[in-house]
Amino acid sequence: MQLVLEKRAERSTIIALVSPVIAIGLTIVTMSILFVIIGKNPIAALNVYFITPLTDAYSLQELAVKAAPLVMIAIGLSLCYLANVWNIGAEGQFLVGAVAGSWLAVKTNGTDAGVWVLPAMLLLGAIAGALYALIPAFCKVRFGASEILVSLMLVYVADLLLDYLVRGPWRDPAGFNFPTTAEFDPVATVPLLFEGGRLHLGAVIALVIVVAAAVLLGRTIKGFEIRVVGAAPRAARFGGFSSNQLVLLTFAISGALAGLAGIIEVAGPVGHLQPGISPGYGFTAIIVAFLGRLNPVGILIAGLFLALTFIGGEQAQIAMKIPLDITKVFQGILLFYVLACDSLILYRIRLIMPQRKAADGAA
Amino acid sequence: MNRKALAAAALLLATGLGLGAAVAADKLKVGFVYIGPVGDFGWTYQHEVGRQMIVKEFGDKIETTYLENVSEGPDSERSIEQLARAGNQLIFTTSFGYMDPTLKVAKRHPKVMFEHATGFKRDKNMSSYSGRFFEGRYIQGLIAAKMSKKGVLGYIGSFPIPEVISGINATMVAAQKINPDIKIKIIWVNTWFDPGKEADAAKALLDQGADVIMQHTDSPAAMQVASERGALAFGQDSDMIKFGPKTQLTAVTNNWGPYYVERVKAALDGTWKSEDTWAGLKEKMVVMAPYTNMPDDVKKMAMDTEAAIIAGTLKPFKCPIMGQDGKEVECKGGDALDPGQVLGMNFYVKGIDDKIPGK
Repeated sequence: MQLVLEKRAERSTIIALVSPVIAIGLTIVTMSILFVIIGKNPIAALNVYFITPLTDAYSLQELAVKAAPLVMIAIGLSLCYLANVWNIGAEGQFLVGAVAGSWLAVKTNGTDAGVWVLPAMLLLGAIAGALYALIPAFCKVRFGASEILVSLMLVYVADLLLDYLVRGPWRDPAGFNFPTTAEFDPVATVPLLFEGGRLHLGAVIALVIVVAAAVLLGRTIKGFEIRVVGAAPRAARFGGFSSNQLVLLTFAISGALAGLAGIIEVAGPVGHLQPGISPGYGFTAIIVAFLGRLNPVGILIAGLFLALTFIGGEQAQIAMKIPLDITKVFQGILLFYVLACDSLILYRIRLIMPQRKAADGAA
Repeated sequence: MNRKALAAAALLLATGLGLGAAVAADKLKVGFVYIGPVGDFGWTYQHEVGRQMIVKEFGDKIETTYLENVSEGPDSERSIEQLARAGNQLIFTTSFGYMDPTLKVAKRHPKVMFEHATGFKRDKNMSSYSGRFFEGRYIQGLIAAKMSKKGVLGYIGSFPIPEVISGINATMVAAQKINPDIKIKIIWVNTWFDPGKEADAAKALLDQGADVIMQHTDSPAAMQVASERGALAFGQDSDMIKFGPKTQLTAVTNNWGPYYVERVKAALDGTWKSEDTWAGLKEKMVVMAPYTNMPDDVKKMAMDTEAAIIAGTLKPFKCPIMGQDGKEVECKGGDALDPGQVLGMNFYVKGIDDKIPGK
């Protein structure tokens, strides 16, 4: 007996939809086994991971706070990936957006600048992110450079730029030389939605972006163009679509969204510019984009789900003393199963019985 | 899904906040937030040793929890908040970058006691504590200069913050007492914990001619590299002798246990107050690992120096201190630099051929 992967004649739309569900199911089964092995009650552990965070107001807010930047970045990335271009440097665009917006916050710090500061910061963040993303896009279009490598390497450049600024020119003069800017003024801070919590306007902005992306992809010619260029480049060329223009466009949009997420994160939950403002959001968003099937609503759900594993993982550490490594294993296994199940979209599994003689066949 | 979640959040908030706040238990719940993994064999490990000490000391009277690998960015505030909401009444946040998040959470939970390591902001319910690590660095500087055959020391810096700068300066001031022409090579790795990068930096330093390696990062990687290459090295944060039995000269170890015991006791007794603690060799918050792999005269010099620092007769930053430009640094503390000058140190002393990044 033999297991064979056989290519399907066309993509299975059913599998495309249920694949993440199967993956999550398999993850839960695997994790349960793991919990038993480390001597924890799997039901209780899964409860802490997935249910507890959804049952109190505070955790729900935190879920949205954590998911907002992931969703924003992943939406942008999904446009690139749909068009079959590979922006891997969202982390760098996130940081550059944060830096550009912070520039205004630092310059106006302590002055009586008006309410225009925050909107201008957000705009600056988005523009800077877009321009930064256009560097790899331009190199690809003009010189044929790999956008994967260029965008990835620009992450380190952005990281060091931020590092330089907070250690040098932008350092808080009253901060004992520690590498951080002064705390932003209230007019340079993203407003909270509720007093006492951490949920900020950024979560609403993320929702608006999800809706906008859904409209763009589902209802506009540009959205159609993006999908056609990605799925059938030759057909797109015959159709008169310029793939170069699309590379620039999708990179600019995804850079702008990453930059916006960056400045919102800095002007929101962090409150000042410092090194380490991103715990790898730009990279985690790649997982979110694929887990969400490059679909805006899917990405929203995937972003919330990934945020849930972070927050649940933390509560598991507190409530059940489950080590952090288990949470990491959890996320790793999830991605593994998602990719594995995705292969079923294009392939089907067939069981091949050993060949028998014709005489046996009659039996 | 998100909108429902948001609506639910709004509803719950409207009907009254604080649902998540746990009911106070009989036991004192003590929480810890760690920057690295408990198995880093360095900074976080030493805090973990401190936690285990309070568990041993107070047994059933307390319940402890820790969160490890909590990054210093936007996540840390949530982690600290989660601990407060889970009913922890005393929370230790053990890295500089947790300062502002700790302060924010402390303001929201006025009844919870917070202890922040290595920072400078405090509040009614937030203490700060740190070690005078430069005292140990001074002893290391003397030993290094005695033991280096080439007269070149290698120093792996994490971030150019005052604590690290003061460690480099203390090393150099001491080393120059032994060998006025001593050289120091510095590599900044921009991380607290990354064994790969730390090892690369150690190799680069050895390639540049250094024969004694010291570091201000949290893993034993540099010790292991020095050990392989037959150089000498110092442990950092914890006694790393098992990673270099023939390599380690000594280590500046952080001994948080006694402080944690004292603070937990105060919390149990109801006498806890917000304080600023800056303790060194004398208070045993900074402890030197055994002096090994050196001749007896060097060992004796190290021990005498340690005793003199404890007795207060030797001050590592005794004036005059010359800046990199050769001009004397203003002496604000009478016969030595004052604590503020050390805690905010942002200059190199004379003889260091390097530039502070970002300056």
